Amino acid sequence: MDPECSQLLPALCAVLADPRQPMADDTCLEKLLDWFKTITEAGSSLLLLQENPCLVELLCHMLKPQDLSSRVLSFSLRLTGVFAAQEDCFQYLQGELLPRLFGEAGPLGGAAWTAPTVRSGWIQGLRSLARHPSALHFLADCGAVDTIFSLQGDSSLFVASAAGQLLVHILGLSMQGPADGPPSLQAGDWPACAKKIVGHIEESLRSTATPQITQALNVLTTTFGHCHDPWTRVLWVRLSPLVAGLLEKDPVPAAHSLVDLLLSVARSPGLSSSSCGLWETLAQTLSRLSPTQAGPLALGILKLQDCPQALRAQAFAVLLQPLACVLKATAQAPGASGVLDGTVGDFATVDTLLPSKAACVGLLCRTLAHLELLLPLPQRPCPWPQAPLLGAAVTLLQLCQGSASPTSDTGHHLCALLLGCVRVQRAALDFLGTLSQGTGPPELVTEVFAVLLEYLRSPDSSPTVLKKAFQATFRWLLSSPKTPGCWDLDPQALLFLRELLPVLQKRLCSPCWEVRDSGLEFLTQMTGRWGGQAGFRHALLASEVPKLTEQLLRDPESYVRASAVAATGQLSSQGLCISPASPEHPGGQQKSPLSELLHILSTDSEGFPRRAAMHVFTQWLRDSHADVVGDTEEFVAGVLQVASQDLDWEVRAQGLELALVFLEQTLGQPGSPCPYAVTPPVVAPACPLAQALQPLCRVRLFEFAFRALFDCDRPVAQKSCDLLLFLRAKMASSSSPQEARSSPDVASVEAALQRWQAGDQAQPLGDLEPEVVLAVLKSMDLEGLRGALAESSDHVEKSPQSLLQDMLATVGILGENEADCY
Amino acid sequence: MKLYCLSGHPTLPCNVLKFKSTTIMLDCGLDMTSTLNFLPLPLVQSPRLSNLPGWSLKDGNAFLDKELKECSGHVFVDSVPEFCLPETELIDLSTVDVILISNYHCMMALPYITEHTGFTGTVYATEPTVQIGRLLMEELVNFIERVPKAQSASLWKNKDIQRLLPSPLKDAVEVSTWRRCYTMQEVNSALSKIQLVGYSQKIELFGAVQVTPLSSGYALGSSNWIIQSHYEKVSYVSGSSLLTTHPQPMDQASLKNSDVLILTGLTQIPTANPDGMVGEFCSNLALTVRNGGNVLVPCYPSGVIYDLLECLYQYIDSAGLSNIPFYFISPVANSSLEFSQIFAEWLCHNKQTKVYLPEPPFPHAELIQTNKLKHYPSLHGDFSSDFRQPCVVFTGHPSLRFGDVVHFMELWGKSSLNTVIFTEPDFSYLEALAPYQPLAMKCIYCPIDTRLNFIQVSKLLKEVQPLHVVCPEQYTQPPPAQSHRMDLMVDCQPPAMSYRRAEVLALPFKRRYEKIEIMPELADALVPMEIKPGISLATVSAVLHTKDNKHVLQPPPRPAQPTGGKKRKRASDDIPDCKVLKPLLSGSIPVEQFVQTLEKHGFSDIKVEDTAKGHIVLLQEAETLIQIEEDSTHIICDNDEMLRVRLRDLVLKFLQKF
Repeated sequence: MDPECSQLLPALCAVLADPRQPMADDTCLEKLLDWFKTITEAGSSLLLLQENPCLVELLCHMLKPQDLSSRVLSFSLRLTGVFAAQEDCFQYLQGELLPRLFGEAGPLGGAAWTAPTVRSGWIQGLRSLARHPSALHFLADCGAVDTIFSLQGDSSLFVASAAGQLLVHILGLSMQGPADGPPSLQAGDWPACAKKIVGHIEESLRSTATPQITQALNVLTTTFGHCHDPWTRVLWVRLSPLVAGLLEKDPVPAAHSLVDLLLSVARSPGLSSSSCGLWETLAQTLSRLSPTQAGPLALGILKLQDCPQALRAQAFAVLLQPLACVLKATAQAPGASGVLDGTVGDFATVDTLLPSKAACVGLLCRTLAHLELLLPLPQRPCPWPQAPLLGAAVTLLQLCQGSASPTSDTGHHLCALLLGCVRVQRAALDFLGTLSQGTGPPELVTEVFAVLLEYLRSPDSSPTVLKKAFQATFRWLLSSPKTPGCWDLDPQALLFLRELLPVLQKRLCSPCWEVRDSGLEFLTQMTGRWGGQAGFRHALLASEVPKLTEQLLRDPESYVRASAVAATGQLSSQGLCISPASPEHPGGQQKSPLSELLHILSTDSEGFPRRAAMHVFTQWLRDSHADVVGDTEEFVAGVLQVASQDLDWEVRAQGLELALVFLEQTLGQPGSPCPYAVTPPVVAPACPLAQALQPLCRVRLFEFAFRALFDCDRPVAQKSCDLLLFLRAKMASSSSPQEARSSPDVASVEAALQRWQAGDQAQPLGDLEPEVVLAVLKSMDLEGLRGALAESSDHVEKSPQSLLQDMLATVGILGENEADCY
Repeated sequence: MKLYCLSGHPTLPCNVLKFKSTTIMLDCGLDMTSTLNFLPLPLVQSPRLSNLPGWSLKDGNAFLDKELKECSGHVFVDSVPEFCLPETELIDLSTVDVILISNYHCMMALPYITEHTGFTGTVYATEPTVQIGRLLMEELVNFIERVPKAQSASLWKNKDIQRLLPSPLKDAVEVSTWRRCYTMQEVNSALSKIQLVGYSQKIELFGAVQVTPLSSGYALGSSNWIIQSHYEKVSYVSGSSLLTTHPQPMDQASLKNSDVLILTGLTQIPTANPDGMVGEFCSNLALTVRNGGNVLVPCYPSGVIYDLLECLYQYIDSAGLSNIPFYFISPVANSSLEFSQIFAEWLCHNKQTKVYLPEPPFPHAELIQTNKLKHYPSLHGDFSSDFRQPCVVFTGHPSLRFGDVVHFMELWGKSSLNTVIFTEPDFSYLEALAPYQPLAMKCIYCPIDTRLNFIQVSKLLKEVQPLHVVCPEQYTQPPPAQSHRMDLMVDCQPPAMSYRRAEVLALPFKRRYEKIEIMPELADALVPMEIKPGISLATVSAVLHTKDNKHVLQPPPRPAQPTGGKKRKRASDDIPDCKVLKPLLSGSIPVEQFVQTLEKHGFSDIKVEDTAKGHIVLLQEAETLIQIEEDSTHIICDNDEMLRVRLRDLVLKFLQKF
């Protein structure tokens, strides 16, 4: 600890010990504790206490009966634990302090114990100190373990959970001792503390009270999750009959915790491969739990790497059960559901599905989410029942829309429950989208597109459902079969597109801005993917969509404007924007997309559209867009000039991105030229660097970059620093050595920059010569600046000394405020 | 209690309820779908319509070609449109005491009933209902009268001829009862019979029943009705809405504890959600106008149009439509827009509070002020000089058979840039469009019906729990086009009773109690006796006096003092025969104790037999039976009056007398 802190510490301890000086802000105490943790991790706690007796005094002060704040008491308990984590320090404190703080005589019996924070501090203190065998003895002697048992059922969830964790920790610690020999099944050979804890767990598992069983299961779950020592196997062998016993009860108590435990055991490397009856227990659990409870277990089992095939099949059947029910309830012919036509637990599933809307919706959404998680995994069940699942997703969507024709009473009931249910619609559309990774029988794919179109058309689709429908549609279009040698959409997809575009058109006029927004996003995606293909272009140009997109640039909602900017950018890149003087609008006053977007960049009152415009411009520059290539310098100069005055830092940062692209193109950095670009990327100049910098000077890129370098927003400054560093590296590697001259120009620029750094950016730099730029760059401490920018903004204020000062200042000990007194 | 069902249209009901001694007509709806069989009445001479070929029978017989015209495969009657009236033969309508009107759409047949049936009663309705109803009638009369048609076809109605006609004329029902539109004079006379009422106002009908209108949330001044006596309650639910639109919200709580709930006027488009439809309406409108096309919205001059204008008010700026003119053309456009602003107390809470700011409750005032919305009585006059395209026109009639809409259909129908958007759910849009085929104009169907849907009905019924539900038969099964949608029907326990046109339903409901008042002086004279804790009884001798359906117990006239002579005799003749009353008995006879008492009094050889209803005590020696049942005791002994009296007195010992 540095001397300054040592000096401040006694005063701080005095403040903490003084009940009249309440600590208003307990984040200070947390920071203080963190600081002590770092000190004790680096050095000896004993030495620290000896050098700073005020600390022990503070801890001793806690023993006196008084009105201490519960926060300070909790802090002291935790601090004691931090110190006592080292064995020598533990011995030093053990005499009187530890038993009185953590034993019966401490806060445990007092009024302070009613505060959850004190109970939590007590547990965390013990958790810190329980690091060595001496601590175990101490725990046994002071009867702490019994208290922890009772705290498992604490009214505060934080305390209860911490108590469980502590038990796991103590069990692990106590089993570390006798780990020399192989652990024995005989409980007699286990250390007393472990025996006690295991005994408690056994007793809890036998209990009839669900909370107690839950506590025991949670402790075991954490144990098997964190510790894979051989003794855990012994523990499982010993406890598994009790766990299996839980399955005999009806209903199975604490099912969620039981599932967690079984999965934790199954994932434990030491346990899963053994023949300790785990697979049988899992199979039994699957069949005993209700469909709602069994879902997570089934998913967990299917995610396991090595697991018997039969169990996997059973788990998969359980997972598919609700969807099988849906298919069965709506099947035109019996047995049409194929692979999903399970019969095990069928009645249970129907029972769960039908009684209430909430139960039905919950189960279906969970099932769909589980299957969606499973689909991309390498260990997903094989063969994957793609066709029945597609059928189920389509049926669910139809049921929600009221367009399904159920054939049974169950089906009618399901229809009534699911009608208009947004949650199921969203989940099913997500799932349907995920299923697009596989294929399906053509007639089913036709049905998929039909149901998607139905959703996109339906006036009743909520905005969120519509967004999902757009996403799923895009994914299905992506996966639609390709004609060999052609990237265009296949004829069927094109047919679909022709039906889709009028719908999109209508959606772009929706009174609901979310709908317009997702419509535009969808258009951007589509154009990005198929904008170059004849079929798509033809269909799109025949529709009103490009015109509507252009109109949406003036939408009152900024998000929509931003999406319209992105869409316009994409349409224009592909040459799909309506031309300013199209035959349809002779003499129309329409502006080109470039000037439209520049107008948005310079005048829009919201940040999102301006950011979107900058993204589009950067992309256009990268792709050598036709409008840009005409006069790139004028384009870049114009954009940078507007961007430099923008109040939104993201716009300025994006301006630097655009500057970097221009820089790379000018200096011939092999960036990522677009392979489809009509014009070839600018050829690397073979001329001297100073000459190569001329265009950069002409577009005033350096003025923009230097201004950004001193930007009040750190990301902008960092980005500019990186750009200039890149340029300097380029300079160094340049074959033409440029001698930096010290000229009046350089000096005046440097002077101006210094003023800029000081915050006075009023004066422009004027026209810069490449040589001057090079000289200035060379003389600047860019690395230093980068280092300073990399520091977090509070690095000065984060020192422990400032923490101590702050804490003292808040209670007025430092006397700084005295001057303010009258 | 009986219900006479005079209309088969579920949303344009006309039923008569006979309850206690009153005859109450519930609504007076006019089914105008009959007009769809007629050719449109063009405001401006339409060469297309006047040149339609006459229709001839398959055998070439063309005797009907003056009356029937053919257009794109459909046959229409070329005559003044006629309406299908409620049944007039099922019950003598002159006996109807009152007519209760629930909303302005459900009173359109009123002049037919009040002016041509001998009706002498009163009509009850709220003020907005009457005022807007008057506007609707005025518009209807105006639409039809301003296009005088010389011809009135009647030949085709002949039953033998009708059979030969193609559908839908062949299947049209009750064509002989179809009538031409009433006149303004008849409207005024009918409306003069209306008495205005306010929500929750209690109206006594002949002292027999009380009727009360409740807010139904569907339209300005729309109401449901409670018809109740002291012990019975009938709720009449017609055209109600739970959505938050402009009217005052629906009063559900007052419908609770009904013995019978008559449920009519549910949404006609149960699968269309009004919110989604409004979105569709806006999107399609914007899409058309942006493409340079015109939008035609056939509508009534009041109701949903207020909500549509409000939505457009919020939408037009965001959709960049601020420069597009909106025209509202109706003979009553101005009155409708202005009436809506003055009925503050009938509006939803939000709109009511605006009035105190003070601001007009509906934003269409601002649209008019800023010249975005213009209204005209007809397309003749100012409109033709202001008319600018592209534009949006709201005008009637939604059937497309009369009104200014006919002209716009003829004008815009040929261009695919234009769109007609149907928002009123009363007419099938395909049938409405039939005489305009072939049509290039785009047609969008966005029916906006804010009335209750079946999910809301099932919630409502769960909440108010009526003992019996009565509804039109259409609501007891899924719509024919969606027979798998079991959710699209009224689902309640016990199942709803259904009715159809010209049916008389005996409501499954017996009256068991009647309230009788007791005069104070008579009440004072009563001496109640507690026969069980909490239950006291008293005998009363009184005269029951019944007048105006009120029953009062009055003290019996005192017997006149004997004054002697002939006079006395005559006086006693007038006095009702007041015998000395025997005391009333109550209680039960415990058999064992009774037997013990008999033994104590010297009877022996007693046998007790249990019977289904009680006991028989047999005194074998005396050859006497005492039959004790729950509500009677008989002593049967042969001619031994002494014994009988002794036994009677023993029995009476166990009973209370008063």
